[in-house]
Amino acid sequence: MTEGRTPLWEVFVRARNGLAHKHVGSVHAADATMALQAARDVYTRRGEGLSLWVIPSNAIVASDPADREMLFEPTGSKVYRHPTFYEVPDEVGHM
Amino acid sequence: MPASSVTVDETPRIRSFLALGDDALILGHRTSEWTGHAPTLEEELALANIALDLIGQARALYQATGYPEDDLAYLRDPHQFRNALINELPNGDFAFTVARLLLVATASDLFWRGAVRDPDPDMAAIAAKAEKETAYHVRHAAEWLIRLGDGTLESHRRAQEAVDALWPYTGELTKVVDRQAWMRAIAPVLSRATLSQPLDRWMQSGGRTGRHTEHLGHLLAEMQVLPRRYPGAVW
Repeated sequence: MTEGRTPLWEVFVRARNGLAHKHVGSVHAADATMALQAARDVYTRRGEGLSLWVIPSNAIVASDPADREMLFEPTGSKVYRHPTFYEVPDEVGHM
Repeated sequence: MPASSVTVDETPRIRSFLALGDDALILGHRTSEWTGHAPTLEEELALANIALDLIGQARALYQATGYPEDDLAYLRDPHQFRNALINELPNGDFAFTVARLLLVATASDLFWRGAVRDPDPDMAAIAAKAEKETAYHVRHAAEWLIRLGDGTLESHRRAQEAVDALWPYTGELTKVVDRQAWMRAIAPVLSRATLSQPLDRWMQSGGRTGRHTEHLGHLLAEMQVLPRRYPGAVW
């Protein structure tokens, strides 16, 4: 089985209503319909999901690992961006 | 001491549960034979899931007879099995496996959809669960057959050979469901798969009365050897 004929698809599962789809892995499949079936058969065998997405792996645009310092390190020193400076009144309950 | 065979008092009710249960068990066992041999990991899991669905259906149907499910599966001889012959045929190639699953599951799907309203509460409850499982078996088999039929020259040839070889075994499938309704469900899949639909000629039969092909004995020998040799064996 060659990669060209059966491309790779990334699989996303939504476990419950109200949650976001989460990446769970990948499958090989010839086309979108078969990719959805493969995703169902491989990743939802134990009641993991209510909804499935599959996306061609080559459609994902990824950041360059070499850019990691430039992209992500500057945020390390900006603690004031975390919402821990605010007192939450008790009446608010869970946020 | 090896376990001896059980005898079953086949009332009409028990016989109808046995026929359905044996269909599910034998096709489930055949499908499980792909484990470790499937063309891809994804398809391996798909076939294992289908096999487990079918064996689960067999268990529920056996339990509804009042006989111990293990006795029915492991301690009956070939002539006591009531499955349609198509289910016991060896898997052949992947096209044969997929084509058989489509032909059988399409009939099962029609049956379960009606049986949801069966006056027997056991049958209705089993149908409610089995109908959803079987609907997926139909979809999975149909999508594969379409791609094999409308694929390469070789996959088309193998898919057509499979459909042609299986067709004479489909007569038993449409004894309890309407053959015209079954054909209306099969025809669009064959058409999209660019496969020609065989003509209805002489049909094989005998499975429901225990007259089986040579293949069932071999299947049962493998499936039953352990519980027969070591009665009551547990993990």
